[in-house]
Amino acid sequence: MIEGAAWRKWAFFYVPMALFLVFLLFPFYWMVITSVRPDSELYRPWNSINYNPFWTWKPTLDHITYLFEETLFASWLWNTTFIALASTAISLVCGVFAGYALSRLNFPFAGSLGTGIFITYLVPQTLLFIPLAEIIRNYRLGDTPWSLILTYPTFLIPFCTWLMMGYFKAVPRELEECARIDGASRWQAMLYIVIPVAIPGILSAGIFAFTLSWNEFIYALVFLSSPAQKTVPVGVTSELIRGDVFFWGPLMAGALLGSIPVAIAYSFFVEHYVAGLTGSVKG
Amino acid sequence: MAIAETRLYMPQAPRPRLRLLEDERWLALVLLVPTLVLLGMFIAYPFMRGILLSVTNARVGVPGDFVGFANFYKIFNDGIFRTSVYNTFVYTGVTTVFKLSLGLWLAMLLNRNFRGKAFIRAFILLPFIIPTVLSTFAWKWMFDPTFSVLNWMLYHLGLITSRINWLGDPDLAMISIIIVNIWRGVPFFAISLLAGLQTISPELNEAAAIDGAKPWQRFWHITWPLLLPVTLVVVLFSVIQTFADFQIVYVMTGGGPANATHLFATYAYQIGIGTGLLSEGAAIALAMFPVLFLVVIFQLLYIRRVEVR
Repeated sequence: MIEGAAWRKWAFFYVPMALFLVFLLFPFYWMVITSVRPDSELYRPWNSINYNPFWTWKPTLDHITYLFEETLFASWLWNTTFIALASTAISLVCGVFAGYALSRLNFPFAGSLGTGIFITYLVPQTLLFIPLAEIIRNYRLGDTPWSLILTYPTFLIPFCTWLMMGYFKAVPRELEECARIDGASRWQAMLYIVIPVAIPGILSAGIFAFTLSWNEFIYALVFLSSPAQKTVPVGVTSELIRGDVFFWGPLMAGALLGSIPVAIAYSFFVEHYVAGLTGSVKG
Repeated sequence: MAIAETRLYMPQAPRPRLRLLEDERWLALVLLVPTLVLLGMFIAYPFMRGILLSVTNARVGVPGDFVGFANFYKIFNDGIFRTSVYNTFVYTGVTTVFKLSLGLWLAMLLNRNFRGKAFIRAFILLPFIIPTVLSTFAWKWMFDPTFSVLNWMLYHLGLITSRINWLGDPDLAMISIIIVNIWRGVPFFAISLLAGLQTISPELNEAAAIDGAKPWQRFWHITWPLLLPVTLVVVLFSVIQTFADFQIVYVMTGGGPANATHLFATYAYQIGIGTGLLSEGAAIALAMFPVLFLVVIFQLLYIRRVEVR
């Protein structure tokens, strides 16, 4: 692509790219190095002499053992996994069904229902968290995983529906008609013919929904109160800080360990994730 | 095997319930019910409850009485609320400009062919994948008043002589949260715009290059107009998310110092949940609605226009 001298390639490609990478990835490096660094090295003023903040020769696992022995980090990990998986499953079922209905069936108000679901996709969680907190309390769901498993689908379903509609539209009608001529009912044609063809779409929607519910914060912060019920983002925020004192070692170790499951899920399905991300935007 | 197939493809007189599902309208209804119930219970109903709540004086545990627009009157005369409105617009405006320009630049860099492209593309999305709260803590630690690694770097580069109190000064705190938001948003812009760039045929650029168009002209007259639809959708989507942002400010400053960096959402949280004035908090959150509504309408009209074409 690039014509001309080598310096141009450096000036217009390598250097900007390297700067972008440093900017985008340095916080993660900082997270990793902090979580294995002993406290004696962490709390040294920024202008002290002979201090190299970017490397440590005395790595330690103290912060990580502290997390698992002195805090409820293991329960938070389990809670987050369970909530993310359950809400993803609910959203996938709802999203696949709704996406199928809106893209392949003729019925009154199909268009306005599709628009309605698209609008809920754009409703941010912060608009509704106060009345929702009251409703959750009235339903006696407060401080249980179900308060999140039932509310997370509100921002996952619209996205799954929207994405699945795109995939279902691409399945040729003849495929379904053949099955129907052979005697399959509409329900069977959907379940055994159309949905299997759209499996890549379901994977994309699933991995995207999983990361979104793993990352959700404000609902979890407002609906859960007892330490044992919390998710990783809320637990790290509220339980690893005592008053004004930040325990940076355990905090960064918690941030790191809390990020690893999503990072692993993401690394297995990068292509599906990107397809979900760009599909969700283009619609 | 043969028996199973016969059973699948030659159903004898379907049961009445299934015969109902042969009607498209009934099938659609059945398929849509779970979605409609969940969205109705946890979006439409809370929305109406929110409106009702905002015209009462309810607190935690106290149902409250109808007070009309008293809550809205109160918040519009509240200095902190006005600051939050101002902050939210500045935050959204500044970050969107930077996210768009940096994201577009990064997308154009990634649109070339080079070794390790798939690898770099996967790594670049990390800020967007990792839970925002957790990565924001890494930034908070980098901005720490006493142990800031950024201060260390600036000092050793000879740019500063005394420490910068990043989160202690209202303006610097605002700049800090803006930096974190840009950091989080650039990958999303870059990857979405990259997908848009890849749909543009390289032949167009090559033809223009043969006709003597300079790189800048090629960008302005070919790439940018063709990328505009994707850009607009990405920008509107990001504007909604940024306008209603909560996590970054909550972790970085908690709205401080002295309530100088509140956004709509963090201030609504502080009033509604922190102090328990549910109705006033609901009113603050609902005050976001007109702007979000305009953006959504704009987006709907735009999408319809694209679909009609």
